[in-house]
Amino acid sequence: MNAIFLIAKKELSSFLNTSWGIAIFAIILLLDGLLFNAFALGSSPRYSADVLEDFFYFSSGTTMIAGILLTMRLLAEERQQGTDALLLTAPIQENQIVIGKFFGALGFLLLITLSTIYMPLLIQLNGKVSWGQIFAGYLGLTCLGATTVAIGTFGSTISKNQLSSAITSAGILVLFLLGWLLGKVTSPPFDTVFSYLALFDKHFQPFMSGKINSEAIAFYLSITVIFLLLSVRIIQTRRQH
Amino acid sequence: MIEVQHLSRFYGTFAAISDISFSIQSNEVIGFLGLNGAGKSTTLKILAGLLAPSSGQIFINGLDWIDNPDAFRASIGFLPEEPPLYKEMTVCEFLRYLAKLRKFPNEDLESRIDTVLSLCQLSERKHQIIAELSLGYRKRVGIAQAIVHKPTLVILDEPTSGLDPQQMVELRQVIRGLSQEATVLLSSHNLTEVAETCDRLLILHQGKLIAEGDRESLSHDISKSENRIEIMVSNTNNIYELIQTVLEKERYQIVESEDVLTLHCQTTLSTPELVRQLVNADIEIHQVTPMQSELEQIFLSLTGGTL
Repeated sequence: MNAIFLIAKKELSSFLNTSWGIAIFAIILLLDGLLFNAFALGSSPRYSADVLEDFFYFSSGTTMIAGILLTMRLLAEERQQGTDALLLTAPIQENQIVIGKFFGALGFLLLITLSTIYMPLLIQLNGKVSWGQIFAGYLGLTCLGATTVAIGTFGSTISKNQLSSAITSAGILVLFLLGWLLGKVTSPPFDTVFSYLALFDKHFQPFMSGKINSEAIAFYLSITVIFLLLSVRIIQTRRQH
Repeated sequence: MIEVQHLSRFYGTFAAISDISFSIQSNEVIGFLGLNGAGKSTTLKILAGLLAPSSGQIFINGLDWIDNPDAFRASIGFLPEEPPLYKEMTVCEFLRYLAKLRKFPNEDLESRIDTVLSLCQLSERKHQIIAELSLGYRKRVGIAQAIVHKPTLVILDEPTSGLDPQQMVELRQVIRGLSQEATVLLSSHNLTEVAETCDRLLILHQGKLIAEGDRESLSHDISKSENRIEIMVSNTNNIYELIQTVLEKERYQIVESEDVLTLHCQTTLSTPELVRQLVNADIEIHQVTPMQSELEQIFLSLTGGTL
């Protein structure tokens, strides 16, 4: 537990103290602000709940982009620079390395996500939205963010450099996002499977309108755990061979 | 005490190291020598816990690698050729992070870091960001991270590569200092460094351990090998005949200049014996220069290499 905390703290502090982390923070906030202003608010009068729904819709995209950018360096950079030797020769378990890295990146992603709270508050100032919808939306973003970071951690574990890590993780993420499309073009039983795996359409949309769906939470949690376990397995194999 | 028994590592069918056994006493400084591809790095990585052996056993103070991987890793400190450093951290933060990760007791942590900083002559740089340090200081930080958790065995892979002569001398002092609290296993291509730093040598060739011992015992083992010497003598009238008489059974070349001749000899005679015979033949000697250091002779003789 101590090792997980140490690694997570080191990662979080590394994001906060490097220009890379700060640049991602700034770019995501800027993107969120621009999308909120240009599309969510719009030019014609709208219901506050719809504006908030659109805000969460756009934020889901920026959260996934941030997740990929934050995790591309996580383990691939350690491998590229040889600093993975420090972790692999330490008396710690492979799962502690992976979970520590995961929580470090997720912590920073949540910091970015929570710093967008001023936008729902602006809607609240000029209209009326339920706190429940805000809470559900942020819960959905947290679940989606955790899954993206887990996929990114896996991509970073199997890659030798940051670029291939980002491409691999983005590729996996796009496959999950396109689940709805694959569900439409395939025949039973695959259509059901693909539709169920649709990361955004099937599981995130309820959160946008303020519905907390335990099945969706279980889905995000399962995908997160699966990709973290795969990452652990890869590091175990690398350490033992 | 470190004991390595019948260690082998295969990559497919290729044996990177094959049936290596040796033991190291506490607080010894051991030099690990070998040509490129001899299997040094593979052996060091296995000892550091970065690579699993295909067969064989390693014990550190009775601890088995296979049965106690965590305890084993905690008793090893490893510095690869390129120091692994988190460059955005300060020296102190970096050492504190690694000591905690390697489960060094919290109550002794700060005093340990001070000791390590002092041992590695880093006290004045402890609050500096690692990215801002010169290569020499980064190597010292690399050594500091390898010993911060007070390991039993410190493994240093090419610790002085890329350093200037002054930095090399300073770092050698640091490495010698390490033997006060740990056993040191040092791999290097720099034979002078090994000669000046190590108590004992392990020589690896084509994946096998071909010799081990201190310089004297290894030197004794190869005493029959050739001695390469350069001798400058006066260019007198009958000098060629005199040289031919003395070096009749030896291999030599003569380079002639205005008033001196330079002899490049490859001989089984010892240097004093050769000089004595030349003097007895009334040859006037200006200068005698050994072509290789003693350690170079040992190394080349054992590995079959040439200069």
